Amino acid sequence: MNVVEMIGITKRFPGIVANDNINLAIKKGEIHALLGENGAGKSTLMNVLFGLYQPEEGEIRINEKKVMITGPTMANELGIGMVHQHFMLVQPFTVTENIILGDERSKGGILDIKQAEKEIQKLSDQYGLKVDPSAKISDISVGMQQRVEILKTLYRGAETLIFDEPTAVLTPQEIDELISIMKNLVKEGKTIIFITHKLKEIMRTCDRVTVIRRGKVIDTVDVAGNDENTLASLMVGRKVSFSIDKEDAETGETILDIQNLVMEKGNGVKVINGLNMEVKAGEIVGLAGVDGNGQSELIEAITGLQSIKSGHIKLNKQDIANQRPRKITESGVGHIPEDRQKRGLVLDFTVSENMVLQTYYQPPFTKGMSIQFNEIDQFAKRLIEEYDVRTPSIDTPIRALSGGNQQKAIIAREVDREPTLLIAAQPTRGLDVGAIEFIHRKLVEQRDNGKAVLLVSLELDEILKLSDRIAVIYEGVIVGWVDPQNATEEELGLLMAGSALEKEAN
Amino acid sequence: MQSLLARLNKYSGATTAIISILLGMVVGAIMMLAAGYNPVAAYNALFVSALFQPYDLGETIRTITPLILTGLAVAIAFRTGLFNIGVEGQFIVGQLVAFIVATQLGLPPVIQVIVAVIMGGLAGALWGLVPGFLKASRGVHEVIVSIMMNFIALYLSNYLIRTWLAKGADSTPKIADSPPLKVDVLSQIFGGSRIHLGIFIALLGVFVMYYLLYRTKLGYELRAVGYNPRASEYAGMSVKRNIILSMMISGSFAGLAGASEVLGTSGYLSIEAAFTGIGFDGIAVALLGGNTPLGVIFAASLFGVLNYGGGNMQFEADVPFEVIRVVVAAIILFVAANISTKIVGRFRKQKGVKKHG
Ligand SMILES: Nc1ncnc2c1ncn2[C@@H]1O[C@H](COP(=O)(O)OP(=O)(O)OP(=O)(O)O)[C@@H](O)[C@H]1O
Ligand SMILES: [Mg+2]
Repeated sequence: MNVVEMIGITKRFPGIVANDNINLAIKKGEIHALLGENGAGKSTLMNVLFGLYQPEEGEIRINEKKVMITGPTMANELGIGMVHQHFMLVQPFTVTENIILGDERSKGGILDIKQAEKEIQKLSDQYGLKVDPSAKISDISVGMQQRVEILKTLYRGAETLIFDEPTAVLTPQEIDELISIMKNLVKEGKTIIFITHKLKEIMRTCDRVTVIRRGKVIDTVDVAGNDENTLASLMVGRKVSFSIDKEDAETGETILDIQNLVMEKGNGVKVINGLNMEVKAGEIVGLAGVDGNGQSELIEAITGLQSIKSGHIKLNKQDIANQRPRKITESGVGHIPEDRQKRGLVLDFTVSENMVLQTYYQPPFTKGMSIQFNEIDQFAKRLIEEYDVRTPSIDTPIRALSGGNQQKAIIAREVDREPTLLIAAQPTRGLDVGAIEFIHRKLVEQRDNGKAVLLVSLELDEILKLSDRIAVIYEGVIVGWVDPQNATEEELGLLMAGSALEKEAN
Repeated sequence: MQSLLARLNKYSGATTAIISILLGMVVGAIMMLAAGYNPVAAYNALFVSALFQPYDLGETIRTITPLILTGLAVAIAFRTGLFNIGVEGQFIVGQLVAFIVATQLGLPPVIQVIVAVIMGGLAGALWGLVPGFLKASRGVHEVIVSIMMNFIALYLSNYLIRTWLAKGADSTPKIADSPPLKVDVLSQIFGGSRIHLGIFIALLGVFVMYYLLYRTKLGYELRAVGYNPRASEYAGMSVKRNIILSMMISGSFAGLAGASEVLGTSGYLSIEAAFTGIGFDGIAVALLGGNTPLGVIFAASLFGVLNYGGGNMQFEADVPFEVIRVVVAAIILFVAANISTKIVGRFRKQKGVKKHG
């Protein structure tokens, strides 16, 4: 039986048909993947199903009955729940308070928190979510917060759960846990629609996959009997190569030289604790580590966004520690930030305006006092073409671009400046395989042009594939250097868990 | 219908404004009906008396002038993410300094007016600098400091008027026989009304705001900081510098409003027991105008017409002026509550039902 059926759905945005006559049928009890390039229209389609957008054409059937989904509340009533990529949780509230928010079941006007807590505990146990209903949101990890979102949908009686790129924000361990939770959910009779760009995850978890390209359904196929390559080529429309050809690195002078770096948080806790590392011209250094071991702070120190306590950060022998970000940018640092929406883009600016975020004040973009929008537009046009940023126009607010295309815009901007040191933090998070291939090639190209590249990523695959040397960070220090050619994910994993430190201590 | 909705959506700011204005007037009409007045006659009297005679048109424009400038002041700060509630105080110091320059320095006539206008603007900028600086350097909320600065301005002005400018009296002598910004030709075109050159200062202000925000690198920075301070920092902009500059530019618009009022309309200063409310009108104008330069002109014009026409309505249709206050308040409420999006949204849903059902 089909729990969800979407028939002939068309949704247009100014200048673009995001969903073009889409047919999608989801069977009860399956995990159904939606696969498609950045901007293919996956999120839009799910927002239609969840009642956030009204389609121009088409109809939706739930349990074989035609319905009109006018909003999320209605979607909930019909048994559809959605876990958004950006969590919508109130930080100082507890798990229980967050879950009952907007669905408070009261007895004679009095909230029965205890009862709710019991119910939530029961749900959590039933599906193996391991959530503590009385914990505060601000005290729990990202992975745990996501499970709270899952609980929220279950508490509202969801039978079909939509996950929009749930794994993009998770560490590899958390991804494993999420996948087993998803399997528990279907075992208990739920149905899941799963959006991801990671083909491995689809192979591991899904029963069927629907491939969408440029707003149209290409095909729905069984996962069994297909492999990653077929899926990738279905999605992109051409063959995609997962390996990357690169020559051995020809390294030159040391570009980035960090000595005894110490950084403290506001409360005096050391987040970087005497860190040393260097990156040479013509190499890609991968920084591997479990999230939260000082990677973000290190990047913000190099780029001048956070101040350091002591130590040196030298760029081409010049100390740049505690300099202004603009000075550092001008001396040749490019930065693809890990949080693209908060740091990397002004979402309400147009695509054009975002393309000159660090260079707007320089000629030819500014003459005297006045901004030269003609020049900026031409520049932006060139970048979106060269980097295949899919946007209706350069005057579209960048907020309206799909997540992956926002990222491509940042990468275009940062790489095009040809910085001597390029810092790429989670550069391919949320990108489709075609785009990942493209960005990987760009990073290697930078290296081959004699630039220094510092790659920070939670994806070990990516680190192993691209890096010439791997530095492992643990609790604010580099605990070891690894040669990617003779390293395995397991060895790296051990180092990342801090085992080198223990060895030294023994 | 499809394309109309799409278009409405595109200008959602303008839609919100128009729908809110209509709703506000409906509320006023209901009040008038309830109180036994004829709303059609009243609104008719209001608009006819505000616009159709040259004299009235001139007076309406005079009412609009300071509203444009204070509206710009609030709007530009808002674009940088700041709420300048200190427009009132910046207006007062602008007025005070312009008056002092015009009466105490003994400059030659034309130069005196020009210098007085400029100094009035600078005084407002200085008054805006204080909350801007404290926000940037110490993180103090600009609303708190601005409110304090309003009181300082009011009492400082009162003190200087009493002890110095008015020599113990309640109000100062006039700058000259006729206010220096008032020119006879202009007055005569508009039936001898009190319209003055301030309107050109205001329109120039609108142009400056537009040019500054959308055509200069400073404007690019101000907007970026307003939308996303963290990304602006990443981009190498100084968030603090932009906060300070934005408050100064905002203050200078308010100061210009003060200068234009004292040099164009009243020609003297008097001791005030309370705020004039002109700064708060600026908030309403900016809100209704969607913080855009053009929007500010329209919103200021509407409020100007309502205020001036409302006074005449009282005589001609015998409807109390308070009704107009209610209309203005209702409009602002509707804008703030963004009622129109709900209405447009409902439309769309109904259309959807038809398509599907
Ligand atoms: N609110 C909106 N206004 C205008 N255009 C939009 C809006 N939302 C999405 N679009 C456009 O619709 C298209 C589909 O976007 P959507 O977010 O559905 O893509 P996606 O498949 O989820 O991509 P990604 O994998 O990058 O998240 C894109 O071209 C996007 O620019
Ligand atoms: Mg998406």
